[in-house]
Amino acid sequence: MNISNKDNSQADLIEYATRLGDDSLILGHRISEWASNGPFLEEDIALGNVALDYIGRARMYYTYAAELTGEGKTEDDFAYLRNERDFSNYLLNELPKGDFAFTIVRQLFIDVFNSLFLPQLQTSANEHLAAIASKAVKETRYHLRRSKDWSIRLGDGTEESHQRMQKALADLWGYVHEMFEPDELEKRLIAQGIAVDTANLKEQWLAEITETLNTATLEVPEAEWAVRGGRAGHHTEHLGHLLCVMQSVHIRYPGAKW
Amino acid sequence: MSQNELSLETAFQNKIDNELKIEPKDWMPEAYRKNLIRQISQHAHSEVIGEQPEGNWITRAPSLRRKAVLLSKVQDEAGHGLYLYSAAETLGISRAEMIEALQVGKAKYASIFNYPTQTWGDIGAIGWLVDGAAICNQVSLQRTSYGPYARSMIRICKEESFHQRQGYQIMLELAKGTIEQKKMAQDSLNRFYWPSLMMFGPHDSESAHSEKSMKWKIKRETNDDLRQKFIDQTVPQIEFLGLEHPDKALKWNEERGHYDSSEIDWEEFYNVINGNGHCNRQRIEHHVKAHEEGAWVRDAQNAYTAKVVLRAAQAIA
Ligand SMILES: [Fe+2]
Ligand SMILES: [Fe+2]
Ligand SMILES: [Fe+2]
Repeated sequence: MNISNKDNSQADLIEYATRLGDDSLILGHRISEWASNGPFLEEDIALGNVALDYIGRARMYYTYAAELTGEGKTEDDFAYLRNERDFSNYLLNELPKGDFAFTIVRQLFIDVFNSLFLPQLQTSANEHLAAIASKAVKETRYHLRRSKDWSIRLGDGTEESHQRMQKALADLWGYVHEMFEPDELEKRLIAQGIAVDTANLKEQWLAEITETLNTATLEVPEAEWAVRGGRAGHHTEHLGHLLCVMQSVHIRYPGAKW
Repeated sequence: MSQNELSLETAFQNKIDNELKIEPKDWMPEAYRKNLIRQISQHAHSEVIGEQPEGNWITRAPSLRRKAVLLSKVQDEAGHGLYLYSAAETLGISRAEMIEALQVGKAKYASIFNYPTQTWGDIGAIGWLVDGAAICNQVSLQRTSYGPYARSMIRICKEESFHQRQGYQIMLELAKGTIEQKKMAQDSLNRFYWPSLMMFGPHDSESAHSEKSMKWKIKRETNDDLRQKFIDQTVPQIEFLGLEHPDKALKWNEERGHYDSSEIDWEEFYNVINGNGHCNRQRIEHHVKAHEEGAWVRDAQNAYTAKVVLRAAQAIA
């Protein structure tokens, strides 16, 4: 078989857009689980907003991936008709929502990451991805303000809130590393000016996290553990359950429109 | 009643008769205040408890578009709860007190939310029928005599019509979809039609709060009139979907200019209100659990705010 370079890079691009869609969908789904479960009504609303932003992003990335794929594919095919091993989100996004501290720490990690990632994606040689990033970057500014504020309030709040935050930091720390480790596919796209080189973001990410945690009187974890594999479809056990729930209705009625 | 109170009450009633709004700082009879607190807080609780049956399907919505729409709908309902708690707070009760009353069973919420959402079709039926019934009621409450309540109704109604549309759209997709989807739509209509009619409350002749509420213009239209409006508007909507009307005895009455319908099963109505619905316990327990799990967050927020205030004071000293 003779696959041209162009076909190869097209496949890379579809996969990259799908990955970014997966990150957004899985996280948005997790945050949406807070509906009616927030610590007070204002938080039900605020978390709902954040979840909506992420689901909106997922739709944009998937729609683009579907357009590139052709064959009449739609965003829903990407969300509902793929298996655990096909999903390529970072593991951090799929972990169960945990308590409010866990959710806030995860948001802090991801919001700081996205506040560095999206401005770079805005300058991507691929104008579709750049356009999605331009919309998302504004949302992320608001998300980041929220997750920083909450981190400080909870870190510097009561003894209990401080401990819960410190525990969440410890529980989540090992999942951050893979975000800064582009694989071969991403490296090929980085070389073409399409993908963001996340390896370059780590130093600044750590500096910003450290600054926020210092203000919050929290300690930056030093633990050495690191779990990897999301981009290659090696997931935690949690993703399968999430997909079971999310895809249940859609797959029970093949071909139905909603 | 003293001479003074008597003239205050006369002035109050005059205002109402002249379609002027009563505002938080105005004098009002104690019974008016109590009646309003009961009604507004019950309305707020309904918005909040209503997050649960619909939230039950956010994670399973069958398309991404539906997921986003439902999520934003549920989020709106939380927002409605917020406006309404604020409106009730202007009457001298705190949100914490209202939540407490809900959790110990002293305050009610709309009994419709004690019905379970078993299928995706139920999300369509709820948006279409339950929000539809709520709109009938709320449109009339835009003219209620208490200013903050009337204004919150105006805000809320704007969003409610989007809710009804999204519900009807779900039904429309199902009704014109596969045989199985159409069955799902019919089943949801059958289960939610009667409970939606019950949302308007007992017949006027049986309603405990009606007469005084009408005189004070807290309520502007009676339970039965609002229900009739809803019954009438729903008939062509069911026809357009191509579904069967759940009320087999429904008949156009030329003389009245309205549809005549079967009697509601009031036994079921009181049965569910009195705690025998599928979800009564679950709804309150869910609310209590979320509230208790959030206690440390609220404590932390208060502690942090106190620290900030203290630090600012120390910086000045
Ligand atoms: Fe509402
Ligand atoms: Fe309402
Ligand atoms: Fe609504």
